[in-house]
Amino acid sequence: MQAATPIPTDVSYLEYKGKYKGIFSWIFSTDHKRIALLYLYSMMVMFLVGVLLGLAMKLELIAPGKTIMEAKDYNAVFTVHGVIMIFMIVVPGLPAVFGNFLLPIMIGAKDVAFPKLNLLSWYIYVLGALLVIASVLFGNGTPDTGWTFYAPYSFKTGTNLLPAIFGAFVLGFSSILTGLNFIVTIHRMRAPGMTWTKMPLFPWTLYGTGWIQLLATPVVGITLVLVSLERIFGIGVFDPALGGDPILYQHLFWIYSHPAVYIMILPAMGAISEIIPTFAQKHVFGYRAIVASTLAIAFVGYFVWGHHMFTAGMSGTAQYTFSLLTFLVAIPSAIKVFNWISTMHQGSIRLETPFYWAASFIFVFMIGGLSGLVLGSLATDVYVHDTAFVVAHFHFIVFGGVGFAFFGAIHYWFPKMFGRMYDKGLANTGWIVFFIGFLALYAPMFYLGMKGMPRRYYDYLPEFHAANILSTLGSWVMAFGLVIILINLFRSAKHGPKADKNPWNGKTLEWTVPSPPPVENFAETPVYGEKDGPYEYQ
Amino acid sequence: MYILSTQASNFVSGVDKAFLIILGISFLFLIGLTLTMLYFIYKYNRKKHPQATQIKGSTTLEIVWTVIPTILVMVMFYYGWAGWHFMKKAPEDSFNIKVIARMWNFTFEYENGKRTDTLFVPKNKAVKLNLNSMDVVHSLYIPSFRVKEDVVPGKEKMMWFIPQKEGIYELFCTEYCGLQHSYMYNWVKVMPEDQFDNWYADTTRQETTAVIESPAASGKRIMKNIGCFACHTVDGSKLVGPSFKGLYGEMQTVVTGGQERQVEADDEYIKKSIYDPNADIVKGFNKGLMLPYTNQLSEDNIRQIIEYLKTL
Ligand code: HEC
Ligand code: HEM
Ligand SMILES: [Cu+2]
Ligand SMILES: [Cu+2]
Repeated sequence: MQAATPIPTDVSYLEYKGKYKGIFSWIFSTDHKRIALLYLYSMMVMFLVGVLLGLAMKLELIAPGKTIMEAKDYNAVFTVHGVIMIFMIVVPGLPAVFGNFLLPIMIGAKDVAFPKLNLLSWYIYVLGALLVIASVLFGNGTPDTGWTFYAPYSFKTGTNLLPAIFGAFVLGFSSILTGLNFIVTIHRMRAPGMTWTKMPLFPWTLYGTGWIQLLATPVVGITLVLVSLERIFGIGVFDPALGGDPILYQHLFWIYSHPAVYIMILPAMGAISEIIPTFAQKHVFGYRAIVASTLAIAFVGYFVWGHHMFTAGMSGTAQYTFSLLTFLVAIPSAIKVFNWISTMHQGSIRLETPFYWAASFIFVFMIGGLSGLVLGSLATDVYVHDTAFVVAHFHFIVFGGVGFAFFGAIHYWFPKMFGRMYDKGLANTGWIVFFIGFLALYAPMFYLGMKGMPRRYYDYLPEFHAANILSTLGSWVMAFGLVIILINLFRSAKHGPKADKNPWNGKTLEWTVPSPPPVENFAETPVYGEKDGPYEYQ
Repeated sequence: MYILSTQASNFVSGVDKAFLIILGISFLFLIGLTLTMLYFIYKYNRKKHPQATQIKGSTTLEIVWTVIPTILVMVMFYYGWAGWHFMKKAPEDSFNIKVIARMWNFTFEYENGKRTDTLFVPKNKAVKLNLNSMDVVHSLYIPSFRVKEDVVPGKEKMMWFIPQKEGIYELFCTEYCGLQHSYMYNWVKVMPEDQFDNWYADTTRQETTAVIESPAASGKRIMKNIGCFACHTVDGSKLVGPSFKGLYGEMQTVVTGGQERQVEADDEYIKKSIYDPNADIVKGFNKGLMLPYTNQLSEDNIRQIIEYLKTL
């Protein structure tokens, strides 16, 4: 903090340069809003790479036999696709972009608690991403283990696995530091009068996520270190040839990676919980129930990892306990859906792009969640585990859930972030094309899985052909929708008409500051009175 | 249920019932909630309903929609458990077969020494598969029997079932295991008990695959599974070994004990090249690279490979 030159309150964060010029005014900035955009742009690049890899896989699968690549390449492609999408997109996802941008503003603060740490997190993120890219471009062969790095295959493969694992390890630190930063910010920096029960729901979900990031990420960090040590020195923890236990690896991996699903989905739910009340112009239904379900998901989510291992070899007791707990964690998610839909009841709904994304989010999220019941139940999971059904399920949850919420959030907060409005007609067109493509791309995979087609299959039997064609066609439609959306947003960020301070008539604090906000957000620290709250529309 | 694969074992009824109940409840919720949402969006549109009524929540409703789903998921949990729990324990008198999984095929070993790569099983008799992996984690999946179990190196694991319908069904590896994972599949053949007994008693005939593909197709699959294409191509280009393109029936120059000679690439030559590859070395290639496949490939397999080579 430079007390010497006071920071102006009437210059937007996009214009204010500080000490540095050009690109340095971005990569040396500790302003949470600039850091958010740094994340947004770097994630955008990685996302496009991931999407292209996904499209390449779908093209390969349009017909049995070789279409465009060899088995070796396909295995590398789904590995890199999975690593990018999970570790670089959906895990940092909403917290890194919208959490950074909005958390301080929504709770009435000037910045996060540790701005420098925040910038460091982004550096670490970039470093991790570069390491993963290095594993692809250099050395003897792109990693081909899948994003799960299962032992002992991860010791047998001759490919360049270590940099990829190290990259995932480094990315974990970025996640831990962001989580820590947010937890402290929420505890210490809420505006006067903003009690816990007056905090908006998006910060609440960031709070739940922060704890998971802080407590679960170290487990995968340690696991990845053990894998590296085993590959280099053969210490024999996981490799049965050295007396290790491959099932132990799976436990450690999923102890992190299941809660990681909630790291991804909670902030997505938070964003939806902001969008729906705004466009219904109505107080959110069941505020306390939504908060309680957020915390319940964050907590119970730690104890369900075993549902990824029903066929791996656990005791029967462990198996049905994990199944039972998995069913329990479904309930808080259901409660949220009921509350969102009830928020629309008696509302005054304005149909705008963010609302379309939110409503379609509810739809795809329900499909993802309900298909999760099939995977949580023992008899049915044994049948569909490791088939295309699982691939459909997690794309509905992570892409349908996190992805749709992300697009909803960007269309919702875009005027705040860039001070300009996008072309609404084009945005709606992009949404509907994307939505249709999405369903055509992934719904057939449910069917394929129920017919018994295994996942991570480069080639398949002729009986699976028809549904795969539909799925590939869907991927093209969806990609087309994505192009429309991105072009519209990019163009509008520069040339769109100027946006108001509060274009949607929202009631949370970010709508009380100018668009785009000034460097320190508030000219005067806001104060919540007795009657104030984030969803008071009267 | 027709949306899953064929119903051919004792586990089908339990598993399919769990599917029916879970999918049934899920569809009810999905359709019900989606329609409600669409109705609200239509009814409470700004144009029709310009002023929202502020309702902050309802404790009664929260309790209702916590309790009802809780009951429903417990029902689902129960049926999932009920269709599954007897998969964990095989009957004492099961017919034992040893499964050996390796990158990238399954071998089935019977107690009398028969070895096959298609799984032959008797109808209406409990069969127990003892699962062993030679290298990485694989998973044995027979959709029509509704069973799947990971095959983990260093762990003693088993799966069991009672086949209930004659026929030939797919058998896949469903745990990613490297390069040829998607070719690590084969078939299960369910035979009436008397027919199975005859097949089983006849240890002289090493019939190893159920004849369901053309021999050339089986040949191709066997070669993929066992990894011949790591060294050979079918498009004329050289890798570690010569390409198979146009090989069959042509004259080939080989080096035998330092002596160059011409041989016709006929059945005998190909069989010898696979069982004893280092006797005749193709000119321009090195000795000792290709190892004998005597234990891994039966004469039947070789016949199928030859059929495939003929097509190239
Ligand atoms: C490790 C690499 C390697 C693998 C794996 C391998 N081969 Fe070979 N193969 C060779 C080499 C090198 C030669 C040439 C030297 C020789 O004749 O032994 C050869 C020669 C042959 C020949 C003679 C070809 C000719 O042009 O006359 C046949 C037939 C053959 N292999 C079949 C197979 C089959 C079938 C498999 C799979 C079961 C297989 N090979 C797996 C390396 C390999
Ligand atoms: C254009 C969009 C996308 C397409 C076409 C696509 C397609 C695919 C395909 C074909 C697979 C391989 C399935 C198999 O195992 O056989 C796959 C795997 C996967 N996808 Fe995507 N996907 C897309 C977007 C995403 C997104 C946004 C995410 C993250 C939220 C994601 C996460 C994953 C993961 C984690 C895997 C598993 C990788 C593995 O098996 O190791 N995908 N995807
Ligand atoms: Cu999980
Ligand atoms: Cu496999």
